[in-house]
Amino acid sequence: MTSKNYTETQYFTFAEDTPLTLKSGAKIGPVTLAYETYGTLNQSKSNGILIFHALTGGANAAGQHKGAKKPGWWDNMIGPGKAFDTDKYFVVCANVIGSCKGSTGPASTDPKTKKPYGLNFPIITIEDMTVTQKYLIDHLGIEKLLCCAGGSMGGLLALQWTILFPDSVESCILIATNYKHTAQQIALHEVSRQAIMTDPHWNNGDYYGKKLPATGLTLSRMIGHITYMSEESMEKKFGRKLQGKEKVGYDFTTDFEVESYLKYRGSTFVDEFDANSYLYLSKALDYFDLCEGKKLTDVLKGIKAEFLIITFSSDWLYPSYQSKDLVRGLKFNNVDVSYLEIESNYGHDAFLVEVDNQSKLIKHFLTKVTQSRK
Amino acid sequence: MTERLDYKIIIDMIKPHSHVLDLGCGDGALLSKLRETKDCKVTGIEISEKAIYACMEKGVTAVQGDIDSSLSDYSDNRFDYVILNESVQQVLHPEKVILESLRIGKKAIVGIPNFCHASSRFQLFFNGQVPITRWLPYKWYNTPNLRFLSIKDFRQFCFEKNIRIEEERGLRPHYEVTFWRNFLAHNGIFLLSQT
Repeated sequence: MTSKNYTETQYFTFAEDTPLTLKSGAKIGPVTLAYETYGTLNQSKSNGILIFHALTGGANAAGQHKGAKKPGWWDNMIGPGKAFDTDKYFVVCANVIGSCKGSTGPASTDPKTKKPYGLNFPIITIEDMTVTQKYLIDHLGIEKLLCCAGGSMGGLLALQWTILFPDSVESCILIATNYKHTAQQIALHEVSRQAIMTDPHWNNGDYYGKKLPATGLTLSRMIGHITYMSEESMEKKFGRKLQGKEKVGYDFTTDFEVESYLKYRGSTFVDEFDANSYLYLSKALDYFDLCEGKKLTDVLKGIKAEFLIITFSSDWLYPSYQSKDLVRGLKFNNVDVSYLEIESNYGHDAFLVEVDNQSKLIKHFLTKVTQSRK
Repeated sequence: MTERLDYKIIIDMIKPHSHVLDLGCGDGALLSKLRETKDCKVTGIEISEKAIYACMEKGVTAVQGDIDSSLSDYSDNRFDYVILNESVQQVLHPEKVILESLRIGKKAIVGIPNFCHASSRFQLFFNGQVPITRWLPYKWYNTPNLRFLSIKDFRQFCFEKNIRIEEERGLRPHYEVTFWRNFLAHNGIFLLSQT
């Protein structure tokens, strides 16, 4: 797949007759998942890799859509000769349920009311996202994935997969992620959610076809962006540089470049993402706790996959110690695990930026897994 | 590059198909050899980021971490062998690390630099300075070594801690030393087990 070969999103719909029961007990159906595939599934169907996206990502992980301005969110990692080498592997990436990038979510039409779900959309958990993607992988005829992989929220899904479906995956790559959301992570999300929910245009989630809660969503994205960067990367990128000014204005207009950057990234996000999806997905992350009162070492007992876990030194949103706890739990359970904290200034964003170092690790890890599978 | 004699001796000590943990595994060269020649299942612990890339390149499972704090996570007798080659003198708590190695491993292989071989002794005696040799080239202010011991010191440690020495080998860079090891050998390699 080169950039000349445009990629296209496909759709898989299930739970049409019998609705799917979610973790909360709520039911939903039908469910559509948007997904893309890259590379070719081999005859023994043993080269499948499932990639999970982060909070605001989508199925377009690699290649470019016709007419799109930019390639998929992990295009520098997925493709021929890249970390996830599509000459060797069959890579699948699906948009999670609850999102707004083609899969069933709060902006989708509720079959009962023929109107957008809005807040009638059931609460979704990381487990639900994982289970729905298992339907897709079954549909594609893959009994056992060679690997499931993801960064940030995608990492939670990948980890969840190894526990829910231990016999359906050989290996797992977790990047800049955690095994439970901590108080700080929940707190940051709650501020983002409040930004949306206090926007009068949010209107209890009923804004489709009306004026969007743009101010709230912009603000929530601005907060998000701060958490994705490190102090050092911000200082390097912006410092105290002024935006189109020689000196500060002594007023409340935009003075600094960093202000302008956040406002820009926030406002463009309004065209790209649905505010309700942001609420549902961030809530799913906050509900995520692999342990749920149990000991981590006990929860990890049934895992059969081997692991590669990567963190970044300046990531304060998903700090390394959280992954190190997980490494300890896996070691205790005799799980084959490799771990590295990559020295990087890019904060949480590093998993999208530190391509070379991650590629080195992932490429060799996948080769090892392929060889040991024989 | 000629094969490292210490690797050869360590590989000789390990039975085929064993599960091996190497503490301070560096670029994973020893583990990768063990996997190839003895079909061992291998894991390394290493602090350096660069070394972890080298391990992964060789297909060696590697966990970044420091030796002192990495061992408590493993259950008892998890490994057939735990290797501490040229790393025990650099850890903060060597006693704890060796005892932990013998808890998580059925056997431990410890390779130490012998700080009391002949040329060191001559330098100390005649120059009145801390010895600097081709094999221990550091000065007091830049050495990574925290502990200075001899083969004899290590034997004594094992005796005091009730650790069985199943095998003791002494070596100079290109050949083995079979007698007067504490005087002639630059390094000692011990195969240990719990008594």
